[in-house]
Amino acid sequence: MRPFNFITAESPQHALSLVAENKNAKFIAGGTNLLDLMKLEIEAPPLLVDISKTGLDKIEKREDGRIAIGTSVTNSALAADMNIRRGYPVLSRALLAGASGQLRNKATTGGNLLQRTRCPYFYDTAQACNKRLPGSGCSAKGGFSRLLAVIDVSDACIASFPSDMAVALRVLDAEIELCSLTGTRIIPIRDFYHGATTQPHIETVIRRDELITRIILPRPIGGSHFYEKVRDRASYAFALVSAAMVFLPDGSARVALGGVAPKPWRVESAEQLLTTDIDEYVRIAFSGASSTHENQFKIPLAKQILTTLINEHKEAMA
Amino acid sequence: MRSDQPANPSRRDFVKSTSTAGIAAGVSTQFPSTALAKSSLPDVREKAFTQQVTLTINSRKHTLGIDTRTTLLDLLREKLALTGTKKGCDHGQCGACTVLVNGTRINACLSLAVMHDSDEIRTVEGLGTPDNLHALQDGFVEHDSYQCGYCTSGQLCSAIGMLSEARKGMPSHVTPDLIIPVTLNRDEIKERMSGNLCRCGAYQNICNAIEDYAERDRETV
Amino acid sequence: MIFDKASENVFDQQRVVGKPQRRIDGPLKVSGSATYAYEQQLNQKLAYGYIVGAQIAFGKISGIDDRKARSAEGVIDIITYQNVPEVGTGAFLSAKALGGPQIQHYHQAVAIVVATTFEQARAAAAALVVHYKRENGQYSLESLAASAPLSKSGAFRPEPVTSLGDFESAFHRAAFKVDETYTTPDQSHAMMEPHATLAYWENDLLHCWTGVQQLNWGVRDLALALGVPKEKIRMRAPFIGGSFGVKGTVMSDTVLAALAAQKTGLAVKVTLQRPLVANNTAHRPATIQRVQLGANPDGKLIAIGHKSVSGNIPGGRPEAAVLSTRYLYHADNRLTELKLAELNLPEGSAMRAPGEAPGQMALEIAMDELAEKLGIDPVELRIINDTQFSPEHPDKPFSKRNLARCLKRGAETFGWEHRSAQPRSQKTGRWLKGMGVSSAIRGAPVMPSAARVTLQSDGRLNVKTDMTDIGTGTYTILAQTAADMFGLTTADIDVQLGDSAFPESPGSGGQWGAASSTAGVYAACVALQEKLADEMGVSLNDLSFSNGQIVVNGKSIALQSLALEGEISAEAKMEYAESRKQFEHQTFGAHFVEVAVNELSFEVRVKRMLAVCDAGRIINPKAAENQVLGGMVMGLGAALMEELVVDERLGFFVNHDLAGYEIPVHADIPEQKVIFIDDVDEYAGPLKAKGVGELGLTGVAPAIANAIYNATGIRVRDYPITLDKLLASSNSI
Repeated sequence: MRPFNFITAESPQHALSLVAENKNAKFIAGGTNLLDLMKLEIEAPPLLVDISKTGLDKIEKREDGRIAIGTSVTNSALAADMNIRRGYPVLSRALLAGASGQLRNKATTGGNLLQRTRCPYFYDTAQACNKRLPGSGCSAKGGFSRLLAVIDVSDACIASFPSDMAVALRVLDAEIELCSLTGTRIIPIRDFYHGATTQPHIETVIRRDELITRIILPRPIGGSHFYEKVRDRASYAFALVSAAMVFLPDGSARVALGGVAPKPWRVESAEQLLTTDIDEYVRIAFSGASSTHENQFKIPLAKQILTTLINEHKEAMA
Repeated sequence: MRSDQPANPSRRDFVKSTSTAGIAAGVSTQFPSTALAKSSLPDVREKAFTQQVTLTINSRKHTLGIDTRTTLLDLLREKLALTGTKKGCDHGQCGACTVLVNGTRINACLSLAVMHDSDEIRTVEGLGTPDNLHALQDGFVEHDSYQCGYCTSGQLCSAIGMLSEARKGMPSHVTPDLIIPVTLNRDEIKERMSGNLCRCGAYQNICNAIEDYAERDRETV
Repeated sequence: MIFDKASENVFDQQRVVGKPQRRIDGPLKVSGSATYAYEQQLNQKLAYGYIVGAQIAFGKISGIDDRKARSAEGVIDIITYQNVPEVGTGAFLSAKALGGPQIQHYHQAVAIVVATTFEQARAAAAALVVHYKRENGQYSLESLAASAPLSKSGAFRPEPVTSLGDFESAFHRAAFKVDETYTTPDQSHAMMEPHATLAYWENDLLHCWTGVQQLNWGVRDLALALGVPKEKIRMRAPFIGGSFGVKGTVMSDTVLAALAAQKTGLAVKVTLQRPLVANNTAHRPATIQRVQLGANPDGKLIAIGHKSVSGNIPGGRPEAAVLSTRYLYHADNRLTELKLAELNLPEGSAMRAPGEAPGQMALEIAMDELAEKLGIDPVELRIINDTQFSPEHPDKPFSKRNLARCLKRGAETFGWEHRSAQPRSQKTGRWLKGMGVSSAIRGAPVMPSAARVTLQSDGRLNVKTDMTDIGTGTYTILAQTAADMFGLTTADIDVQLGDSAFPESPGSGGQWGAASSTAGVYAACVALQEKLADEMGVSLNDLSFSNGQIVVNGKSIALQSLALEGEISAEAKMEYAESRKQFEHQTFGAHFVEVAVNELSFEVRVKRMLAVCDAGRIINPKAAENQVLGGMVMGLGAALMEELVVDERLGFFVNHDLAGYEIPVHADIPEQKVIFIDDVDEYAGPLKAKGVGELGLTGVAPAIANAIYNATGIRVRDYPITLDKLLASSNSI
């Protein structure tokens, strides 16, 4: 870990101006991913700007029924919030399925969105990795790929995105508020992550001078919410495949999948098949997939998960 | 609508390489390119940033000037000789370093000491001493809830924090209904404690002790 | 003192030994007061070391550029092969603790950076530039399996081939046969405390605080590595945060801390960073095993064949998977074969129940397969092939063997009669249910062990031995032994362990620790009793001890009064008579498991586990039960999730941290139960006790594998049995 200055910002504006002055500075809230990477020198910012005390730690219900979640709200506070539990249970479930109690108490909304892959080659600085060092190659291709992406991959990178929260946000059509000194923009989470790319080190649309300030949830959509996470052990593990699924009152369904792509994987155009032809949904959702011998099981597993949830929902309705 | 590639690279630009792998001469083409050496090396001749931090640990106030890189864990172990809290992995993967910060359990290895100015920290030493054990600590001895003892401090602090979370009604992955009050049964305890690895496998006895304590000593923490 | 057979003695009263005891080190562990190697507080100037691991699997260091690293803030020195005399290898391992110029394996230590603070050492280590010339290595066991030669015999290398009768023709004519191949993966010990050492020199005397399980080995191998006399090393390990075999002797942390301390003149402490541990230290090697069983229609085995191959670095040892087969089931025609391939992966070494755990992972599935073919209940089949005589040496009886009793008791307690013999026939909701069984066996060797027992003037008894406690409960069982010998309680005894200056024990390992060290303390207690008898001018037969009193001719005086003018001490060593070799000494057990398998996702959840163990007298049932429970957890991990994944292009274990190498968590653990068959073994030692630490692991994983088959009808022979393997096979159902 390289030396760094640590400044606690007093406001979002203060935080942004500090980062504007130092182009390699990073924001830190909980630090559970950033510090992990800094110990390995995968990240080495010379300045950390602490945003945990800038007042972005609230969950506010707006008049129009939408909910604004501050970027430094902890994962456990968000999961436990009664408005979330009642109105967006898939989000609560997704958060509770992630990490451990200790990590959820420290990890924050913004940090969760921006966390990096857990690809073991990304993490081992002796190995070639285009995401960590552009142009160096991808050691995962042809290597241990069981936990990596099966779709939306490129020749440069097959990393999967590990966040559970983001999968739920994707199925809820959340929006991300980004602030800079020059203004604010709102990006639908659908457009936040780059997928397959020749530049895997650039993962989201966020600019260096921007800070995630809030996640905005639309008004509750109602329905039955499920977050199913399949992993190799019963807890404290990343997903092999996960699914955030909502069965809406009008009889339709929507789903976002985790563990299969460099971002939450949702194929809106095929969703009407969820309630009529699962095989066809899977075929379309994974068309163009580029799996490896080791991770190809994720596609049939995804189908099994969807089948399970559909059956569970039917039984609950009966 | 997808946005285009940003004109300026994102702030998660490639990090200046800190590689220690050199060019592999004579390497056969089967290996991925190790072009790591081409990047510039970091300048480690920079001096550490030192900051003063004041925190209360086990009811005792400490003010220290420390290297900003110091984790809360290393502050406890290396600067204050409070070695009860253990370093099992230093990467938030085992829970052996669990402490209570303002009553909330966190992994001390993934937090910087400077992030805890004015915080109240409680470690295993603050629960009890060999001659004056906390009821949960005594329960661990009675139930033989350890073997090598290295995960024990983390299990204890985590359990205290976990019970507090359950009392506040915070749900878990196994809570059947998110709306009705939480019932802390065996499955809940196991799930909530899953962030504390025990390679010796003393899990059953750990849970027995926690269950026992939760029933008997609900009021005191 | 020489032991051959125990007669009736004080331990048969089960006053202290044999009764559940709270651990005497318990209060220290639960209050954070037990100090591990990295935590020792010294009155010395202390520096921090940080180890750099090689970034190639095989080849040479072609250059080291330490300019930037040396000029980093706080750096005191950097040690590489270029600036210290060549580091030797010890007697147990083949890889050198410090690599260079040749690199023997990935993450082999190539340097230690010494600095004033941990943060400075770590940062400087990242700035050290090491250039490598990669060479092509061998990394695939599978491709070398067919051509691997027989392993050579030697220390810790069983005979590569054993045979009896005519295996080939017996197998050929057998009415019922199983002939299958099973694989077990590379496994990591993954103990909670990474290797750590604090070292400093006092002139030419080296002090090390570390976590070595067997201090005599540690001192021996450190002496060899550094080229110093053994007498000039003092090694201490009072508390060890788990090991399971990978701290059996010194590893890179100890050697490099010692070198760094020597070169800098400071006390240096170092702990291996977790991401380095799997590749830098040692692991349990993978195996490919072929098991052939031939039986008559009545279930009696007439042919047992077991061939196994594992790999290791040049000079490394085999994972002797065929070992337990030589002792478990009866058959007149037998062949076992052990082969060893040369791989350039990190060095393989002992991990809990070496050879025996993976061997039974294969053999016990094969038995299940045979039972199905025969139409005989799997528990019954094992009982049919039980024997009281060593299968390969039919004139040699077991000192004590209750395998059948374990199986029967277990079947009864577990409700085995509710198991459906037909696979895939029990379901609850979306969960397929099944039960599985396995025998368990683990050798029970004993080794010479010495101790010193001192009656202090305050009436307390002090026990000293270099024996270690790796979580096994040694402190307490030694206290129990002394307590029974002197009519005291464990609260009256101080036990000091883990110091090479103390009388020599064999350390923790080989499942010999408990039996050997208690025997050594027993011998020392007898020697002290004899001294006290001498003092009082009576013979030992006239003395008895109870309630802190010494009783002679009906008169009792306080034990303490004998030491008022000065403590009285005795030291002795227990050794073993040749006559014990007429027996086979093993521990036995049976594991029963119930699983639920999701019929769609094939997630496996273990629902119930039962272990029935036959290990002689159980000295401390509280701690012994925990040991077995722990073995059951480790076996669950071995069955369902643990694998060090080999990248065969680059020659390393890819998932080298605790996120990537998954071990069971709280939520994985079902209701677990342990039953001990309390049948003492007079040939095991004065306490008539054997060990249980490794027995608790053997047989667990195959019981789970068999339960999965019973639930799903899918037979997976490659561990770990992850859901993708079941999912893939299910398509053909």
